[in-house]
Amino acid sequence: MARNITIKPGSSVKEYWKDLWEHRQLLWILSKRDISVRYKQTLLGIAWSVIRPLATMIVMTIAFSVVAKLKPDEGVPYPLMVLGGITIWTFFSNTFVQISNSITLNSNLVAKVYFPRLIMPLSAVSVGLVDFLIAFVLYLLISIVGYSYWPSSNIVYLPFFILLTFMTAFGFGLFFAAVNVRFRDIAQLIPFIVQVGIYACPIAYSSQMVAGTWYYKYHLLNPIVSLVDGFRWCLLGNNAYFDIRSLYSTIIISTIALVLSVTYFRKKESSFVDHL
Amino acid sequence: MPVIVAENISKKYIIDHKNQRSGGTIRDWFSETSRRLFSRNNLENQANTREEFWALRDVSFEIERGDRVGIVGHNGAGKSTLLKVLSRITEPTSGRVNIKGRVASLLEVGTGFHPELTGRENIYLNGSVLGMTRQEIKKSFDAIVDFAGVERFLDTPVKRYSSGMYVRLGFAIAAHLEPEILIVDEVLAVGDAEFQKKSLGKMRDVSESGRTILFVSHNLTAVQSLCNKAFYFEKGRLLEHGDTTHIVSTYLSRVSQKSLEHVWDDPSNAPGNDQVRMKCVKLVPNYLDGLLHIDVRTSMKLVCEFWNYEDNAMLNLSIHLYAYTGECIFNVGTKAQTFSKGIVEAVCEIPGNFLNDGSYVISVMMVKDTSQVLFNLEEIISFDIQDYREGVTWYGKWPGYIRPQLKFTISQTEPVTND
Repeated sequence: MARNITIKPGSSVKEYWKDLWEHRQLLWILSKRDISVRYKQTLLGIAWSVIRPLATMIVMTIAFSVVAKLKPDEGVPYPLMVLGGITIWTFFSNTFVQISNSITLNSNLVAKVYFPRLIMPLSAVSVGLVDFLIAFVLYLLISIVGYSYWPSSNIVYLPFFILLTFMTAFGFGLFFAAVNVRFRDIAQLIPFIVQVGIYACPIAYSSQMVAGTWYYKYHLLNPIVSLVDGFRWCLLGNNAYFDIRSLYSTIIISTIALVLSVTYFRKKESSFVDHL
Repeated sequence: MPVIVAENISKKYIIDHKNQRSGGTIRDWFSETSRRLFSRNNLENQANTREEFWALRDVSFEIERGDRVGIVGHNGAGKSTLLKVLSRITEPTSGRVNIKGRVASLLEVGTGFHPELTGRENIYLNGSVLGMTRQEIKKSFDAIVDFAGVERFLDTPVKRYSSGMYVRLGFAIAAHLEPEILIVDEVLAVGDAEFQKKSLGKMRDVSESGRTILFVSHNLTAVQSLCNKAFYFEKGRLLEHGDTTHIVSTYLSRVSQKSLEHVWDDPSNAPGNDQVRMKCVKLVPNYLDGLLHIDVRTSMKLVCEFWNYEDNAMLNLSIHLYAYTGECIFNVGTKAQTFSKGIVEAVCEIPGNFLNDGSYVISVMMVKDTSQVLFNLEEIISFDIQDYREGVTWYGKWPGYIRPQLKFTISQTEPVTND
């Protein structure tokens, strides 16, 4: 595999994507590493992926449905609404957090070997994806067995929403990953963003409760809203509230974020090692 | 045919004197930026707090296919930065490099090893990180395990490995890379003598198969035995390049001439007293052909001259030679003798093939009437002796303070014919 490489300040775009493709095995192996390391030296192992969303669901159901008496959408059991919201939100937030920390967590690699740095945020997705699949199966079990609520035919749109969630998390996470190398403030900021997000997004409540208020237009601008509402709409059917306008804002915002952060990341990645 | 062509590569780092804490916080960045925006004489300010540091400056060279290039220089001379640029870990600030062929760089042993993963998993992980394909790793898997000697611990997490096993496994993987160009940084500094021997041997195999090697090491013996060419870096510049023996010697002559001579032209500020004053103390090495440094073979003369101001003075000189650790290696003295006024010279010959490699200091003592110490010039001379070996494949530190060549015979006394 003879190759000619030219090293100079600022490398070419075409070469970069080719390089990324040639490193796909590394992407796979780093993903596998993250997954297999995840529950090492734990007693319950992968069961944690089931326990965590389940426990959150129970707590939220008690706090918001029993105590605060929030109403679910018509014809939808409250716990299912919460569990659906938690499932997709957890996927988003896990992926977002992992991507944001991907460069700093792999600093030993960045300092000692070359490969396209995009491999790291890409491989960081793996853990969130596995957790999501487990949580999703759990959701289906509870929905079908516990509530006899079969997923609606809207489920055919589900892959689209999952892909969009991934794209959004990647777009925002990638930017934070690059900034995190220079300013470790980001590492402090991220848990806070996630904490605020769980209230700012319609997870414990339905977007219907916001509809009609003066701040509804801002609610629609939140790119996560359509991901949560859309996910529920796929599973719970048309009973679940879903404003199509929120989807447009997500697509526009996420696409812009993705393009900008890939550009920014590419510009910064060659100097990562100097700041780690 | 050159496989690596570097043209004027430079690498600049900015050292921020104001913000010496590790990393930077957004607050610092904001305050710095606003200060720059609002201050009028910003150029002046900038110069005060930020300093440019050129880790590499206008470095140009060509490396031919099959060359084994050793890179020598002091710490901070730019050696590691060069390797980082060539292995694409960091970009040069200016200039360009053209590389033909697949590059593998080994800047650390066991890069990317995950402590929780088993030896087996880490072989795949580390191999991929270093750029091997899955098939290549599979193909050399047994050889790697065998070379590292970790068969029994393949399914143990590497966090339970001893540090020796860890390093052996790391090197074994790297040794089975099959790149056209191999970039190696200081890997020999780790591991025991047995392992160093093994890894150097492996590197020689690699070089003999016609591949190109770039090798940074402080072990000059290893550089000399492995490399046919050398680069000498100082302060980010490529000072000299060429034949290894010549470059290593140039480099050593700059390092080892610590203080080989002290000359006092004026008796008024020379050490001593009214009876005797020192004129000079110097160590004169009898350099071997083409060398500019002292190695274990070099013979030396210690020359001392002094002014004697009293007739019929009964004087003798005594010298102590100490290892840098403080132990006295030997103490020799001249015979006590009576001198008249004038200049007296004493010469002590230190033979070659006597002292081992290392750092030494010499103290010179003036004694009157065989009992009264007139003065003692402590640690007046200091010098380094470099290692030199031939016909061996072992490069660990040679033990002992002296390395004499004694008559030591070996012969077969009773041959057994096998038929």
